[in-house]
Amino acid sequence: MKIYDGRKIIPGILIAALIFSFPFWLNFGKAAVPPKPRLPKGVKNCVKGTMYMRTSHMQLLNDWRNLVVRKNVRIFVAPTGKEYAMSLQNGCLKCHESKADFCDQCHTYLDVKPFCWDCHLAPKENK
Amino acid sequence: MADIPKPEELAKIDHTPPETPWMETPTVFRDGMWCYGAKPQNIEAVGMPNPREWSPKDEDWKLPDNWKEIVLDGMKDRLGKFRSFKLFMDICVRCGACADKCHYFIGSGDPKNMPVLRAELLRSLYRKNFTLGGKLFGKLAGGRDLTMDVFKELWYYMFQCSECRRCSVFCPYGIDTAEITMMGRELINLLGCNIDWIQAPVANCYRTGNHLGIQPHAYVSMIEFFCDEIEDVTGVRVNPTFNRKGAEILFITPSGDVFADPGTYTAMGYLMLFHYLESMGLDITWSTYASEGGNFGFFTSHEMAKRLNAKMYAEAKRLGVKWILGGECGHMWRVVHQYMDTFNGPADFLEEPVSPITGTKFENAKSTKMVHICEFTADLIRHNKLNLDPSRNDNLVVTFHDSCNPSRGMGFFEEPRYVIKNVCNNFYEMPSNTIREETFCCGSGAGLNAGENLELRMRGGLPRANAVKHVHEKHGVNMLACICAIDRAALPTLMEYWVPDVEVTGVHELVGNALILEGEKKRTTDLRGEPLPGMEDIEDEDL
Amino acid sequence: MSAQKSILYPLVAVLVLILIPVIGVKLGLSYFFAVVVPYAAFITFFGGILCKVINWARSPVPFRITTTCGQEKSFDWVKHNKFDNPFTNRQVLVRMALEVLCFRSLFRNLKMEMREGPKLAYGSAKWLWLGALAFHWSFLVILLRHMRFFAQPVPGFVDVLQNVDGFFELGIPQLFLTDAVIVAALTYLFLRRVVVPQIRYISLPSDYFPLYVLFGLVLSGIGMRYFFRVDIVKVKELAMSLVTLKPAVPDGIGTLFYVHLFMLSVLFAYFPFSKLAHMAGVFLSPTRNLANNSRAKRHINPWNYPVKVHTYEEYEEEFREKMKEVGLPVEKE
Repeated sequence: MKIYDGRKIIPGILIAALIFSFPFWLNFGKAAVPPKPRLPKGVKNCVKGTMYMRTSHMQLLNDWRNLVVRKNVRIFVAPTGKEYAMSLQNGCLKCHESKADFCDQCHTYLDVKPFCWDCHLAPKENK
Repeated sequence: MADIPKPEELAKIDHTPPETPWMETPTVFRDGMWCYGAKPQNIEAVGMPNPREWSPKDEDWKLPDNWKEIVLDGMKDRLGKFRSFKLFMDICVRCGACADKCHYFIGSGDPKNMPVLRAELLRSLYRKNFTLGGKLFGKLAGGRDLTMDVFKELWYYMFQCSECRRCSVFCPYGIDTAEITMMGRELINLLGCNIDWIQAPVANCYRTGNHLGIQPHAYVSMIEFFCDEIEDVTGVRVNPTFNRKGAEILFITPSGDVFADPGTYTAMGYLMLFHYLESMGLDITWSTYASEGGNFGFFTSHEMAKRLNAKMYAEAKRLGVKWILGGECGHMWRVVHQYMDTFNGPADFLEEPVSPITGTKFENAKSTKMVHICEFTADLIRHNKLNLDPSRNDNLVVTFHDSCNPSRGMGFFEEPRYVIKNVCNNFYEMPSNTIREETFCCGSGAGLNAGENLELRMRGGLPRANAVKHVHEKHGVNMLACICAIDRAALPTLMEYWVPDVEVTGVHELVGNALILEGEKKRTTDLRGEPLPGMEDIEDEDL
Repeated sequence: MSAQKSILYPLVAVLVLILIPVIGVKLGLSYFFAVVVPYAAFITFFGGILCKVINWARSPVPFRITTTCGQEKSFDWVKHNKFDNPFTNRQVLVRMALEVLCFRSLFRNLKMEMREGPKLAYGSAKWLWLGALAFHWSFLVILLRHMRFFAQPVPGFVDVLQNVDGFFELGIPQLFLTDAVIVAALTYLFLRRVVVPQIRYISLPSDYFPLYVLFGLVLSGIGMRYFFRVDIVKVKELAMSLVTLKPAVPDGIGTLFYVHLFMLSVLFAYFPFSKLAHMAGVFLSPTRNLANNSRAKRHINPWNYPVKVHTYEEYEEEFREKMKEVGLPVEKE
């Protein structure tokens, strides 16, 4: 089979193949390690269901912030009827003690950079 | 000539496509839009297939029984030989950028004249017969069967494209409809269905060396007639030579320049220039064997183009010249520039062209060894080698029509303009979207300048004429200069129809008017014998 | 085929295609849709494009048919338009880069207008250029942003892209400009096809089909990010398992994700067999990727063959007497 201009086309194909297979060779031989956020001990339920929290906690936190800052509403009533303080430091972090072991696990995994810590002080981690 | 509506009538153009989809809209051959079929003797003369008496209007085109097989095999063969063809069949996304770029679509409103649909005529056959999708899904995948109606439609529209390549400038993938049309016409020629306006020149050129069938003795006497004319106007006798061995340069120009006005005045311009340069060391000869610059074979098939083109190098070799100088012609220069060396080279028996007057090396022609006369003249003017009196063109207000092929096949823009601006005082450009690489075809290119398809030509020429009209009204332009023999044959009719009062000239006619020959008498007329305002011989009038 | 059918049939086809993973996942075929289909699509894409390009490459470029869009290289004193009419291969590279990255040719687009008289006018028409450029660049940026799902740790360029793309910090999660731009561009490209009579006339079902697939792909993606969120940690676990060639399907990824992945698979698999192959084809276009130097450098046609010509000897044989009469030199007396 005769190929014309192969000296230009074949390197072109190789470069294109290299670019399109980028994810494969980037991870070649590596084991994919899923994130392991450390769950709080002794607490079973969060403010909402696990599935909701996994996918949409950013929405909830954003709503909380707006309610607290703009409307001075500070208490969140969960679907279960239980009341929680709408606060990052005095709420969430009470159970989820470690930012590094909890928040950052998935955020780093997915390259998410939430702006919570632009204002809030990150908790001091025990190293 | 066919009857043709008045300009006001013709100008009523509707660009809205019809309700019925294009595959289901039958193509009706409208008189004035198609050309007569090739006569059998003209097909036979060059040994091409299926010579017979036929007319495109006939129901039966007298094709061989296996005509479908011939077309499809021909397609397969060409898909394998031309990457352009294969690629352009595959990658069009039908973005429509080409649609209103075609002069035939602008002038006719016929949607099948949109370059994209012209190509789809062939592409639908390609999909149906050569792609998996088309074979499986047929119409749903944009495929269609080859039927006699489809073939006739293909024929009709392949001869409504002048291969001007304007669409190719705008296509994001550079899809070139000229390539599509050339393939379409090759397939059509496999069945002997060329138009006679192309086939007759091909047959003539093969035998006599030029499209018009001028035999050697007639060719010489025609040029001698020009010498008489030049003598009348200037009082100087020029003495061209023919078929002279040992000359340094062979000159080849389209035969249209020796045959019909206003090309003849351009030929006179060449003769005067060569005479002027003779004493400065120009050693040039004309040929009666290679007496055609143009190449109607190019409008037939690549093979025919090569067969006709072969004469240029063959004659240069026989005469032992050093290089070739080419006259003003459009598709001739596309063939010379992009094909000749590949067809019939290498021209290792020639030398790299050097101007014997200025010593300029034509670096950009060092392999093909053929130089455009506008390059040659521009270089002479640049080196102050010509004694010019541009005021002798003061009766003219000139604009320049970029011919399609030198524009989009070479990028030949500044050279002719430089010459014009040095030999004329009144020069105005047409609007920028109608010149240079965006220039519009004369409407009669690629072998379509017949009489029977006059309506097509006037429609196709509308965008060009309209731009001329603009500068005619704005600046009083009365002369349309060009560097193409088909232009010189086609544009006068076009001007007469759309923009009366504008005439057509070659660039070297303007050079001839301005060039001051040694020992010439006071000029009272230009080369056309028209009196020059302010230079009339007053004593003559007194008598 | 009528315009309505050309518009409708592929729409129905794509709607059916959307239903396939929805039903499939309900039937417990998530492994098939998460692993088999994407791998198959990816292989088809690669293999298909490779075959396509090789198939093109098997046909030679017999002639140097550059479309010249500017002044050629001529004398020193004539300004050469290097990138619209390249003379060297380096200049060709620039021309191709302008073509591929900036859509140079489309930038030239004009719109013809016919007024009374007749008077023809040509206005600048950059919308198609803008729409096409917006679509292609958004698509590229979005594709690159998705690298956050395919690499661990996530490469730095993704971070940069996300920051730039999310510049306005609107909403939670922050709105990516490219998400908005690609929807707008696709809508424009679709509407012009449907609304402009000439474009509608030339459009085939195969012109609408990829647009619908892209709509399905983009809208399902946007839906997952802003409205019907799925568990993207699991999405990445799946993606990483695919690229490390150890496929494993986590439970509980939302169905919308399967629609998204399926649309992508359809697009990839469809790519080489359709007009989408222009992505590769644009690099091979002989009117753009050749230097206009055919008079200076001989171009070789590999299938050049000898042809029958009418030789000078044959010519003289026929016209010798006539030639002698007018004093033309002849080879044989």
